[in-house]
Amino acid sequence: MASLKDLANRKEGLSGGHRACIGCGATIVARQIMLASPDPVVVVSATGCLEVTTTIFPYSAWNVPFLHNAFENAAATLSGVEAAYNAFMRKGKIAKKINFIAFGGDGGTYDIGFQSLSGAMERGHNLLYVCYNNEAYMNTGVQRSGATPRGANTTTEPVGKVRQGKVKFQKDLTAIIAAHNIPFVGQSIVGNWADLTRKAEKAFATPGAKFINVLQPCRLGWAYKPEETAALGRLAADTCVWPLYEVEKGILKVTFKPREKKSIMDYIKKQDRFRHLTRPENAGLVAEIQAEIDRRWELLISKDGKQLY
Amino acid sequence: MAVAAKTGNEAMAEAMRQINPDVVAAYPITPATEIVMIFAQFVADGLVDTEYVPVESEHSAMSACVGAASAGARVMTGTSSQGLAYMYEILPIAAALRLPIVMCEVNRAISGPINIHCDHSDTMAARDFGWIQMFSENAQEAYDNTLQAVRIAETVKLPTMATTDGFIISHCMERIETLEDDQVKDFIGEYKLTPSLLDIENPTTRGALDLQDYYFEHHVGVGEAMKGARSIIKSVAEDFNKKFGRKYDLIEGYKLEDAERVIVALGSTCGTLRAVIDELREKGAKVGLLKIRVFRPFPADEIAKALSNCRSVAVLDRVEPWSGVGSQTFVEVRSALFNLAKKPKLINYMYGLGGRDISLKELAGVYENLKKADSLQEVNYLGVGE
Amino acid sequence: MTAKPGWKQLKEGDILEAGTSQKFTTADWRSERPIFHKERCIDCKLCWVYCPDSSILLDENKKVCGIDLEHCKGCGICSFECPVKPEKAITMQNEHK
Repeated sequence: MASLKDLANRKEGLSGGHRACIGCGATIVARQIMLASPDPVVVVSATGCLEVTTTIFPYSAWNVPFLHNAFENAAATLSGVEAAYNAFMRKGKIAKKINFIAFGGDGGTYDIGFQSLSGAMERGHNLLYVCYNNEAYMNTGVQRSGATPRGANTTTEPVGKVRQGKVKFQKDLTAIIAAHNIPFVGQSIVGNWADLTRKAEKAFATPGAKFINVLQPCRLGWAYKPEETAALGRLAADTCVWPLYEVEKGILKVTFKPREKKSIMDYIKKQDRFRHLTRPENAGLVAEIQAEIDRRWELLISKDGKQLY
Repeated sequence: MAVAAKTGNEAMAEAMRQINPDVVAAYPITPATEIVMIFAQFVADGLVDTEYVPVESEHSAMSACVGAASAGARVMTGTSSQGLAYMYEILPIAAALRLPIVMCEVNRAISGPINIHCDHSDTMAARDFGWIQMFSENAQEAYDNTLQAVRIAETVKLPTMATTDGFIISHCMERIETLEDDQVKDFIGEYKLTPSLLDIENPTTRGALDLQDYYFEHHVGVGEAMKGARSIIKSVAEDFNKKFGRKYDLIEGYKLEDAERVIVALGSTCGTLRAVIDELREKGAKVGLLKIRVFRPFPADEIAKALSNCRSVAVLDRVEPWSGVGSQTFVEVRSALFNLAKKPKLINYMYGLGGRDISLKELAGVYENLKKADSLQEVNYLGVGE
Repeated sequence: MTAKPGWKQLKEGDILEAGTSQKFTTADWRSERPIFHKERCIDCKLCWVYCPDSSILLDENKKVCGIDLEHCKGCGICSFECPVKPEKAITMQNEHK
């Protein structure tokens, strides 16, 4: 796998001067994914934080070819780009290897873009879809998504007198996409560059449809100190809130096992979106969340090394 | 030149085979399904070089078309009704990115209630999305319009839809003349987008967020291109006529020169009207037809000129847009005539919704009514049960 | 201020050249300023790989050589991630000091 020195010799995909929040994790994801590609990349982004902050006309932060179409169709749009590339390859009009990357937030991926993503995965286009998953619609002011964890405070499923934020647990999109029987699916975080870039490298080296779901701490929606973006990502892995694993050719591999699994409370305390959960009357809810995190982690560990698909 | 019996769908699919686009992304929907099916068979039989993307929805079809066209591919799709409606969100994005996507659209009623038959409510609702829109009277025109659409779209740099009428044209077998493959290849020429999204040496950002500073300018750019499309459509038609001997224009008149009473119509009904006019003319009635072939850009000047000498005009539209003031074509024709010193009396008939047949007798009745147009209400329904 | 281009001057379509955000400064977003201490730097590049604003400068040998203060927003991730002890190779200082 590429060292940081190797990555530093590659093309920087994203320029400074974009309008992402101070300490934004989404642009870290975009940079690291692009750096992991040994070949030139073409990027499509769904409408969302990453797109609106990096392409305010006439200022584009993208140093690579970039296309934005709409909110829910990054996967379909990129499948069209890839189809054009295949047509030109066949006709001898283009020869260079290009890696195709789609970026979508969790809103554009779990929710409104789910159909488009599923279709592109099923058709098996040679592309990598990366979800920068900050667990709510951050671009428009922290509205809940299908990726929002139980108990998180959002503006459309807020904490109130009788409700304590999101009622349901998030759906397991990584597993859903793995069930498409595509050759590579990964789950990673901001804060473990080696894990993320290694997964991206694997994806780029594998023909077919690939998907990586990256948990991305968000300053605005999660509310924590800006310097802790990467550290908070690592904490999500250390608490097993967000396990790091991959499914390569159907075989599941947990790529990070914490030496000592930290308590969910360590993670909750760091973020304002969970502030209400630290109140004594919510201890039962926290216990339920901990139990579900444990259950999901144990289930995952039981599948480690096994052929799932 | 070959003569064949083809349905409208077969004619459009044949045009697509001869165009041999780089990418086709499409999803089946009645009554356009056959276009996709026939084309998929061409792909399966190796008769085209096209990269065919059998998407999971029309939304993804148009999205993939935008991606492929941004990459510099010659791109086509086909759809109808709800499928077109599902594409609506992406249609103006294709226009704003100035992508010459060509669509074979089969006009069908929009739900609800659900209905699979012909009217123009799908295409008319898409009239303000920056797409050039052409209506076809029969399978021959469907074929010819599809071929011309490629040249038009790529010259104007705006997406273009060639439409037929669901079942009436799409599924009826007609005698049509097709061109040789080489003639088509020569007529449409090579297409190259510079720089394209795939140009990694000259990277571009497409579809940037456009706020108060530039959205207006980009929007005007599309509007001005649409305005300029009139002359390009005319010159493509002239070249087509010169090469293949079939004449087209933005509008077409039938026995219009001395007509006192005129019907304005689009699509397959124009064929029926020709028969009605011939019959009435034999009885000495000065009646005529103004067919609108190109609805976007709207040929307002040409229509005003063509109607300036007649007494009364009925605009027939196969759509009821629920506006409370009549159909789209009626409103736009009235607007086109407004500044004429001498204007004909103008009335609107909305007819044929959801595939309701329109008879020769009913159309003759419209001409009859036009004698007393002054006493008629402006907006009317034709052939509806009351 | 130069007049912004009108529709006739703009490229056809909503299309831009790459990397033009370099011309836009976000320096005024900063309340904390990173200070790079070259003598302490071990060139691990962790600051560089985690910078959200592509603002850690590398020299021709791809070694960390400074900070692009036109685009750095002062999040402090670089300093936080810096593993050098006891004193970090990037420290944060109030912008207005």
